[in-house]
Amino acid sequence: MRVSLFATCLGDQFFAEACADAVRLLRQLGVDVDVPKGQTCCGQPAYNAGRRADAVSMAQYTLGVLRDTDYVVLPSGSCAGMIRCFYPGLVGAEADAARALAARTFELSQFVVEVLGVARLGDGLRGRRIAYHHSCHALRELGVREAPVSLLAGCGAEVVEWKAAEECCGFGGLFSAKLPEVSAAMADHKLDTLPEIDLVTSTDGGCLLQLGGRAAKRRTGPPFRHLASVLWDGAREASRA
Amino acid sequence: MSGHGTPGGYRQQSAETIRDRPQTRQSVLSGTDRANDHRDHAYADIDSDRWRDWGRDVKTHALTHLDRYLEEAERSLEASGVRVHWAETAADALTVLRGIVREHDVKSVVKAKSMLTEELGVNEHLERLAVHVRETDLGEYIVQLLGEPPSHIVAPVMHLSLDDCRRLFHERLGTPLDGDPETLVAAAREALREEFLAADLGISGGNFLVAETGTVALIENEGNIRLSTSLPRVYVAFVGIEKIVPRFEDLAGFIQLTTRAATGQAIGNYVSFIQGPRTDDEVDGPEEMHVVLVDNGRTGLLADDTAWEALRCVRCGACLNICPVYRQTGGHAYGWTYSGPIGAIIAPGLLGLEKSMPLPYASSLCGACADVCPVRIPIPELLVHWRERAVDAGLTSKVEGIGLAAFAAAAAHPTLYGAGAALLRLAPWQSAGRALPVLGGWMQERTAPEPSPKNFRALWRDGIE
Repeated sequence: MRVSLFATCLGDQFFAEACADAVRLLRQLGVDVDVPKGQTCCGQPAYNAGRRADAVSMAQYTLGVLRDTDYVVLPSGSCAGMIRCFYPGLVGAEADAARALAARTFELSQFVVEVLGVARLGDGLRGRRIAYHHSCHALRELGVREAPVSLLAGCGAEVVEWKAAEECCGFGGLFSAKLPEVSAAMADHKLDTLPEIDLVTSTDGGCLLQLGGRAAKRRTGPPFRHLASVLWDGAREASRA
Repeated sequence: MSGHGTPGGYRQQSAETIRDRPQTRQSVLSGTDRANDHRDHAYADIDSDRWRDWGRDVKTHALTHLDRYLEEAERSLEASGVRVHWAETAADALTVLRGIVREHDVKSVVKAKSMLTEELGVNEHLERLAVHVRETDLGEYIVQLLGEPPSHIVAPVMHLSLDDCRRLFHERLGTPLDGDPETLVAAAREALREEFLAADLGISGGNFLVAETGTVALIENEGNIRLSTSLPRVYVAFVGIEKIVPRFEDLAGFIQLTTRAATGQAIGNYVSFIQGPRTDDEVDGPEEMHVVLVDNGRTGLLADDTAWEALRCVRCGACLNICPVYRQTGGHAYGWTYSGPIGAIIAPGLLGLEKSMPLPYASSLCGACADVCPVRIPIPELLVHWRERAVDAGLTSKVEGIGLAAFAAAAAHPTLYGAGAALLRLAPWQSAGRALPVLGGWMQERTAPEPSPKNFRALWRDGIE
């Protein structure tokens, strides 16, 4: 099976090791991974800002980059949601190609569980208490709720109940810079309600930058680590054993 | 328009609320937590997906045949002896009200809770006419005493704590500073009783207006709406034209859908179906009843191929309760009558887009609102729609626009993109970032993000073990 990794702009620049861990994880699961050349950004920042013309050109470009793929996997629910939910409505005459791309595009944990049918990766997270932050677009655009949690638990982690787990972290792309005070208060609510845990993980780098950046500013908070790296932590131990 | 401030002050108002009034944030967080728990339970009791599909479909049908149903409603109302008025603007609605006040020499008004009358500025208008006006819903009564607008569509005092109310009642009604809620309610009831008996005119909004029967349907928990609409000699209901439902039996579904979404109740403690003034064989009710059908921007919203869906709204407030943006500040920061997600998508229709800025941007597009809306308004899509209209109209930041256009151009040219990525690692962001438009906003509240030492494309090129 051939999988094309779309690292996303944020993943490429800020979560490079997590993207590499996604490659390692997929390879361990028997998948051939390639990284389509020329990939940049899915266009979501422009789309969410209301700059439709820019979003259209970025969607058309990325549609071209990902044209010859069997599966596209992203270490992000937000960018996967952009491709799956909004590309078909943006690219006009290429809507059929966009729908076909949407149907073969997955967030990482969703792909592992739904396409590969893998439930257990290893037991490298045994004894770890982890809070999972559901990124809004993975949850609501892709319907990914169980997959990341079950994979973490399958690696032996205790995924600790967090009342605010499904509440937005306040990132929202440019929202976080346009309305920084409200955005920070949203992050504070997430941080203030965190249970006793060893680390927070999520499938979206944007959320982790927001929560981690706010925690650093407050000089208190747990470590934040991308889901791809945490799952690789869980699987890697098994591969060594 | 009633309310303090304007939408244009949103960023400053929200920042001040968060910084200077932490108790407001706490009250709103705990109040909305409770409302969300109640709604979840009430939705779990029914096949909520099917109910919400039904609610969406009936409202959509009514809105796409609005001319027909409005005419039918007018005929039904007039057949029951109701005087019907059409108000294209807020000023028209207030002119109708002034006519009624003059005709009956009205000195004193009792009001049922109504967001439409907030939108129209009814209280201020009555005060200008030297008419005494008293809000009779407990929450509305409290904000009226404070001289504030309601901060939530359903719960006007969402922003207040019990202690805030204790202090107010102590000062104004003489209750003990540590009075329990029952004591406060009893004191309000006592004060309001005389107002009900003295009033010449009762005013309400309308949750629904049935075309078939001309029924004004009102949902409440306190009984004050029933008194406001039946004790005074004259009664006026202000009803938005989008509140039409075709058949009387539609109320059975909509009332439950609304209360389950709003407060988690299967039905309100009191539901009133008002069908005209008192008849000869009735002992209660007003001698004269008026219905003012208010447009005030609604037909303009209806004409928008995308934004019209917002008119399905039943004003349950569920999207406010679930909204993580609303939850940090409450409603006052939004600067107009309707706050939260629904406010941001109807403001451009009712106020005009320019006056509504930046409300369409006061959302992280998390989508939680669409998850709970009882009539399935696609709120995030409508927010993006208004953002696109705002960009088209040149109402957004020029600097941000240039930045995004440059990013979009780079994103379609891998070489340019690679050069930008290199810059990301070389520039002194930590020290210089604060002065920049977007990064500055970010760094005000957070530590600047550290780029990975090598980007992923470099790791991939070098080979991943």
